Amino acid sequence: MNKKQSLFHIAKRDALPWHKAALIRGGAIVLALIVCAIVTTLLTGENPIKVYSTILYGAFGTSRKSWVTFHNLAILLGISLAVTPAFKMRFWNIGAEGQVLIGCLATAACMICLGNKVPSGLLIVIMVIAAVAAGALWGFLPGIFKAKWNTNETLFTLMMNYIATQLAAFFIIVWEVPKGSGKIGIINANSEAGWLPVLGGQRYLLPILLVAILTGLMYIYLNYSKHGYEIAVVGESQRTASYAGIKVERVIVRTMVLSGAICGLIGLLLTAGTDHTLTTTIVGGRGFTAVMVSWMAKFNPIMMIFTSLLIVVLSRGASEISSVFGLNHSFADILTGIILFFIIGSEFFITYKVSLRKGKKEA
Amino acid sequence: MENVTKRFGKVVANNAINLELREGEILSLLGENGSGKTTLMNMLSGIYFPDEGQIYIHGEPVTIASPKDAFAHGIGMIHQHFKLVDLFTATENIVLGLGGKLDLADAGKKVKEICDRYGFDIDPNQKIYDMSVSQKQTVEIVKVLYRGADILILDEPTAVLTPQETDKLFAIMRNMKADGKSLIIITHKLHEVLDVSDRVAVLRKGEYIGDVATKDADQQSLTDMMVGHTVTLNINRPEPKNVEKRLVIEGLTAYDELGVKRLDDVSFTVNAGEVLGIAGVAGSGQRELLESIAGLYPVASGSVKFYPPEGEQPRELVGLDPMKIRKSGISMSFVPEDRLGMGLVGSMGMTGNMMLRSWRNGKGLFLNRKDPEALANRIWEELGVVTPSTSFPVRRMSGGNVQKVLVGREIAQSPAVLMTAYAVRGLDINTSYTIYNLLTEQKMRGVAVVYVGEDLDVLLELCDRIVVLCGGQVSGVVDARRTDKREVGALMTLVRGGGKNE
Repeated sequence: MNKKQSLFHIAKRDALPWHKAALIRGGAIVLALIVCAIVTTLLTGENPIKVYSTILYGAFGTSRKSWVTFHNLAILLGISLAVTPAFKMRFWNIGAEGQVLIGCLATAACMICLGNKVPSGLLIVIMVIAAVAAGALWGFLPGIFKAKWNTNETLFTLMMNYIATQLAAFFIIVWEVPKGSGKIGIINANSEAGWLPVLGGQRYLLPILLVAILTGLMYIYLNYSKHGYEIAVVGESQRTASYAGIKVERVIVRTMVLSGAICGLIGLLLTAGTDHTLTTTIVGGRGFTAVMVSWMAKFNPIMMIFTSLLIVVLSRGASEISSVFGLNHSFADILTGIILFFIIGSEFFITYKVSLRKGKKEA
Repeated sequence: MENVTKRFGKVVANNAINLELREGEILSLLGENGSGKTTLMNMLSGIYFPDEGQIYIHGEPVTIASPKDAFAHGIGMIHQHFKLVDLFTATENIVLGLGGKLDLADAGKKVKEICDRYGFDIDPNQKIYDMSVSQKQTVEIVKVLYRGADILILDEPTAVLTPQETDKLFAIMRNMKADGKSLIIITHKLHEVLDVSDRVAVLRKGEYIGDVATKDADQQSLTDMMVGHTVTLNINRPEPKNVEKRLVIEGLTAYDELGVKRLDDVSFTVNAGEVLGIAGVAGSGQRELLESIAGLYPVASGSVKFYPPEGEQPRELVGLDPMKIRKSGISMSFVPEDRLGMGLVGSMGMTGNMMLRSWRNGKGLFLNRKDPEALANRIWEELGVVTPSTSFPVRRMSGGNVQKVLVGREIAQSPAVLMTAYAVRGLDINTSYTIYNLLTEQKMRGVAVVYVGEDLDVLLELCDRIVVLCGGQVSGVVDARRTDKREVGALMTLVRGGGKNE
């Protein structure tokens, strides 16, 4: 008998019924929570149940906390929706960070330069156009280069992030208030010109509603529209696409423009809806987190509600436990890491069947 | 190999195979496409790992879990698709991936030595992109020998070679055998089997049927073993009716991305009510020809004229893309060689794949799913496609079912021209006959059918006329009823073999 024989046998599964897949995923989350609990007890001596409830409290403890959580969810979900069409086309757009930021910059530019010169309603229309156009441009450039010269979209979109950051940094100095502070501060704090309307006394409500509508639209777009079909075929095989008479170049450019435009819109929601300012870190890495949200949901907009919720709750809870238990903020990252590890790992068990190798070889 | 079994999902690719290879012999592994030859050899060379069974080398049980293990046991495989770095020289490719200190001069010497010993004809310092297909194959073989292999597996090595190159390869194989190496050659060309091997092992549908010494075998007995019953390849070929010209191709010339001429002044006529065969050694321009007609390949010069059945003015197809061709009302169906990479979307079900032809139909932004769904159900039923549902990804279906979906969809377009490339490659005999019958049925309906094939027997029995391609040129157009294999075979190698001796 040889020694190198592997202990496990791995075979690809046939399609798994959805309830079994759900069982595996659910099991993974339970396991993750158990492992997190053990790690928590071992490392900190805290009661894990208490830690978990603090995480939930951090996310939903008060109505204000809940509103912030749902707003964060909306923004993250919005960006995830934006990158999804590109991903379905196997176009690895990791430039959402820059596309959102450039949308913020365009919004801020309109608010500052036109703030008191045009009526508020018109200003908002101009802002929307500017933000969407700026984001679309940031999507168009890598798209057209990919379509015409087959450049690497991952590098291209990544580089575009830095250009956006540098541009934002430049204009922050141009517009800084007061001079020398290196910050813009609240734009139009007095006139509130260009601020998006507050619905029902809750400034977080408008972005949440808009993203909810966007989710539905994106689901329909991807699954029932001709464009969605074209995107799916191009993603699967460009040769099949041209065989079917789909204009591959046009689909790539169009989809990237759409992707960037939605990012630009989210930028508008950030700058004009809630933050009313511009900083280089206003997007806060959510352009990259969105990649994970989209992947974990397998590019299904409805599933993305849950995956982004998971990530938002974990990160909101993380700040809470770091202050309540005096734990380092990194501890929350450890927990997040463990949970994501299990969730992503469960996909392996959904795709493959693993069985123990049975005993020795019979002759 | 003893009781070796390999499954892919529910499909048993190899079922309890016992295979024995003796020292210093050439063993032919024979079987139809999809009978599990390549799978079996991939287990020997460490690409797949057997689910059950044991491999012995020189009587010792061994585990081959990776190609590295295979090399450690002296097993080397030469794949159908070469795995070489184009920008490197022969020697660099040969030492690529080996551990230890890199001494190219020394390696070059060793390569030269191997070449001299067996009669290989390559320059160790030549770059791969400068080499012909047969030279590249030689590099692959030397690579394996350099690593000290004494069991060599060649996966359909002759598919890409001209007869002359094949003879050269066989001479080298005999040299290696004389040197004590053991060789396994996978092929489905019977005369090659009889020519080069000492023993023949036959697989059928993943089962080991048996082996015979080559001297006791002939073409008929081997075919019978391969197929399992006595085969009389007899395709129903009715006389064509109402023949009229449908496509006239004149002076078609095309270059690939690297500027290599793929089609050279190709001219012929495709008639409605006929099956026109296209024969040629693999890579003689068949793919480029069909794709040029379909508007998928850039044409440098020449024309493709479509004569509508209604007797209107002929229309020029060169310069139109597939969408424009469809929009101008020309119904042309195309079953491409690369089924899942070009003709179908692997991740979608039958319905999604039906939409490839109809997604643009209907006004507005949204897809019409009803008609494709109905068509999918019709094909499912009429052609007996084995699939759990119309939304089951076609990639997971077997090759025969995939092809039924594709051919079914293309025929459902009620085309005026139906082009098929290697329509029966990888299919079992029954499905192949289903396809032949479908094509003949189309012919009788007045469709102009183009059949690109590799099996000369089938071409001769199915088609009415055969266009023979050779090195991108038309080397002859023959009447399929009056020609024979020898004539077509000679035409296939006319240009390449001896320059332009038409």
